[in-house]
Amino acid sequence: MSDAVLDKQVKKQKTRKRRVDPEIGVSLSWKTLKLQKQLIFMSVPIAIYLIIFNYVPIWGWIMAFQNYRPALSFGQQEWVGLQQFKFLFADDTFIMVLRNTIAMSFINLVLGTTTAIGLALLLNEIRVKYFKRIVQSISYLPHFLSWVIAAGIVATSLSIDDGIVNVILMKLHLIKEPIMWLSEGKYFWGIVGASNVWKEVGWGTIIYLAAITSIDPSLYEAASIDGAKRFQKMRYVTLPGIKATFVILLIMNIGHILDAGFELQYLLGNGLTIDYSQTIDIFVIKYGISMGNYSLATAAGIFKTIVSVILVFGANYTAKRLGEERLI
Amino acid sequence: MKAVTKGSGRVEPAVFHTINTLFMLFVVATTLYPFLHTIAVSFNDGSDTLAGGIYLWPRHWTMENYRAVFISGTIYHAAFISVTRTVISTVVGVFLTTMLAYTLAQPQYIFRKKIGLLFILTMYFNAGLIPNYFLIKNMGLLHNFLVYVLPGLVSAFNLIIMRTYIRGLPFSLTESAKIDGAGDFRIFWKIIFPLCTPVLATVALFIAVGSWNAWFDTFLYASSDIKLSTLQYEMMKLLGSTMSTNNDPSMLAGGQNNQVQALVTPASIRSAITIVTAVPILFVYPFLQKYFVVGLNLGSVKE
Repeated sequence: MSDAVLDKQVKKQKTRKRRVDPEIGVSLSWKTLKLQKQLIFMSVPIAIYLIIFNYVPIWGWIMAFQNYRPALSFGQQEWVGLQQFKFLFADDTFIMVLRNTIAMSFINLVLGTTTAIGLALLLNEIRVKYFKRIVQSISYLPHFLSWVIAAGIVATSLSIDDGIVNVILMKLHLIKEPIMWLSEGKYFWGIVGASNVWKEVGWGTIIYLAAITSIDPSLYEAASIDGAKRFQKMRYVTLPGIKATFVILLIMNIGHILDAGFELQYLLGNGLTIDYSQTIDIFVIKYGISMGNYSLATAAGIFKTIVSVILVFGANYTAKRLGEERLI
Repeated sequence: MKAVTKGSGRVEPAVFHTINTLFMLFVVATTLYPFLHTIAVSFNDGSDTLAGGIYLWPRHWTMENYRAVFISGTIYHAAFISVTRTVISTVVGVFLTTMLAYTLAQPQYIFRKKIGLLFILTMYFNAGLIPNYFLIKNMGLLHNFLVYVLPGLVSAFNLIIMRTYIRGLPFSLTESAKIDGAGDFRIFWKIIFPLCTPVLATVALFIAVGSWNAWFDTFLYASSDIKLSTLQYEMMKLLGSTMSTNNDPSMLAGGQNNQVQALVTPASIRSAITIVTAVPILFVYPFLQKYFVVGLNLGSVKE
């Protein structure tokens, strides 16, 4: 660890005059390895841990190209090529499951984003500081509860005997009979969307509110001088001001379009609503863990991962082309 | 005419602020009502609750629901497992995340980009449930307490938050310590780690909440082992039993006698467990929230 070595490195960097990226100046040599041995010691074991738990399982993907039987050894497995994938896309259940996943994700994405931006805009207009803070603290409280608790709360609120939703709708004379919300498939997507808004809207607001706060106040002053009213300021100053945040979050979320969040669907779904509640993840659990059809379930998982990666890179590339903020 | 326009100019903001305030109160009410209702039900006589009409206040006060929850030894053990896994995951996770983030924040570190990319990719790239299951199985982690701690110690999201924060610290600190002959480990432990308090609190909260709220790992990897059951998993089982069409009272948390059975119902037990499970989180988060708002924005906006 001598200063001379460090100096040499700096000199090397300067003389090379390559791009400003400092990493390039440090070449992979025994000298650098020795110099950075503590950094390596502090990070490489964790990276290996990560590889074991996140990348080694990819080996399991070969199951999707076999007719995997746990009792047989690797050499004895029957190879079937893309048959599992063909079966998957010919299967009505899988198509339905795919539809449900995309529909619920889309609902969550649109509802989640619009309500978060909406609440952030309105919270921003609250002038009484402590009131604003109290509302905010309360609004993101449900984010910290598990979906098990949330699902219990949703089930209670929608219950037929005494659920608050039915009680209010009855009192307002909007319905004559209590509705059995959780027994009918046509309500399921809406329930999932509404539950997600209830649980996550406050959390989503944090980022947008921070983005709004960082908008240059002089822009608002200029808009006022030009005679802009409150809603015009929102339209022409605030919304463009949070566009970058919006784009980044959109890219991040697009990659998760096949993760509709399966917990709520798993916990609230039942035999009556299965045509609308089953998602890819539940399909994988059912075929894989419960029924032991590992190959088919793995194929469904691979499909999901590949779509996610394509979507993220696609969205990222599009954002780049449009001159917007990027994630990667 | 003049007076009207002048008047409306002042009335419009007042109307807006009134409506906006009312809307905020509506948001608060919809968020809080379910909790207050659950608390009310948890303190209300179970069979009385069935009659309906409990909203914000119990009608027949009783501690019987909580007694029924705590009468079975299962819940104590589940709580113990939940607390243990949360504490271990948080302490080890925070330490490893910060240490890794420190190395990735060093601009000259040769593996900086490679390791960084490896982590970022995990946010979207996942081998999938079945391959992961086989990995856990092959590592002998099925029905093993370690399965709660090992797989998710360092997450990409927390890492990004940490790294952004450490990058924001003055670089001269590290540099001058280096000139004084300190190694990276010493710099990390003596200088960087103590300076990270706000972001440590953020990441600790995220890990702790994630670990406390997890039920799926129990379901997948340890469901047949009652000794490894967690509070959330017990909740999940109860939810399943109360959601099913026949509310069979014998499916309650075990161990109660006939007299108790008459007083508590699955719904009232579930309310009591919900409160027991939610209280620790509701208790810690007000103390940490000023940190995580900062931390979250650091991680997501700037990256």
